[in-house]
Amino acid sequence: MESRKTIRKWFWVWDFEKEEDWLNEMAMNGWVLEDVGWCTYHFVHCEPGEYNVRLEMHPYDESYKAFMEETGAEYAGRMMMWVYFRKKTADGPFDLFSDIDSRISHLDKIGKFLSAIGGANLLIGIANTFNPSRLGWINLLVATLLMYALGRIHGKKEALEKERLLHE
Amino acid sequence: MAESFALTEATYYILLSLVRPRHGYGIMQLTEELSGGRVRLAAGTLYGALNALSTKGWIIQLPVEDESRRKEYRLTEKGLQALRCEVARLRELADNGEKILLEE
Repeated sequence: MESRKTIRKWFWVWDFEKEEDWLNEMAMNGWVLEDVGWCTYHFVHCEPGEYNVRLEMHPYDESYKAFMEETGAEYAGRMMMWVYFRKKTADGPFDLFSDIDSRISHLDKIGKFLSAIGGANLLIGIANTFNPSRLGWINLLVATLLMYALGRIHGKKEALEKERLLHE
Repeated sequence: MAESFALTEATYYILLSLVRPRHGYGIMQLTEELSGGRVRLAAGTLYGALNALSTKGWIIQLPVEDESRRKEYRLTEKGLQALRCEVARLRELADNGEKILLEE
């Protein structure tokens, strides 16, 4: 039996929880994430349910990686701003966030990143509209998509903020 | 005078753990132990809180000679004061709760 496999799959940024669920389903089926690439996931064979997998938007940060490893998690890869960790189920529960505040600041981080690249695409798009190449529409399309993503992330954040009115 | 506002459970247990020097994993373990398993600090939440508390000046990272060693933190005088204020605030909440429920 093959002990490694690669799957190509696309997730929208606002579906990062679905991406995490899918990676955990894979682990339940005996395939744990080993590395990530552009829309590419590399898995290695494991015991079904041996691992929990978590992902998070977190800029490159060596000391965070060391911190996670200190707590028993293993680094499973990074794709752009997203970092992936896994931890053996036997070593205890594994979550990256344990309260509403930190979930909100995670969504804030995603939002800031989307605004930054969305804004840049908007400016480039406007500038290129007056360019003879007339390729500005591509940037404007990307900017529109990023703004839509921002809206989805903002919606998640508002739901959490409403919840926080009553409890932590 | 330290600011008087409610700390989150995570912040409260982190400060409590850092009355003595501890590293990240030590904070997670002590918090779980003190709360009888009720409060579990997730690593990402803890990391963010440690950075925020350092910026606020409530905790400091202890100097390490060897870079490969775990980083330890401890409370500053300011952090200790904030913790004392919070304990007083929580006592008031609990006292009022008990007093009113006893009358029922």
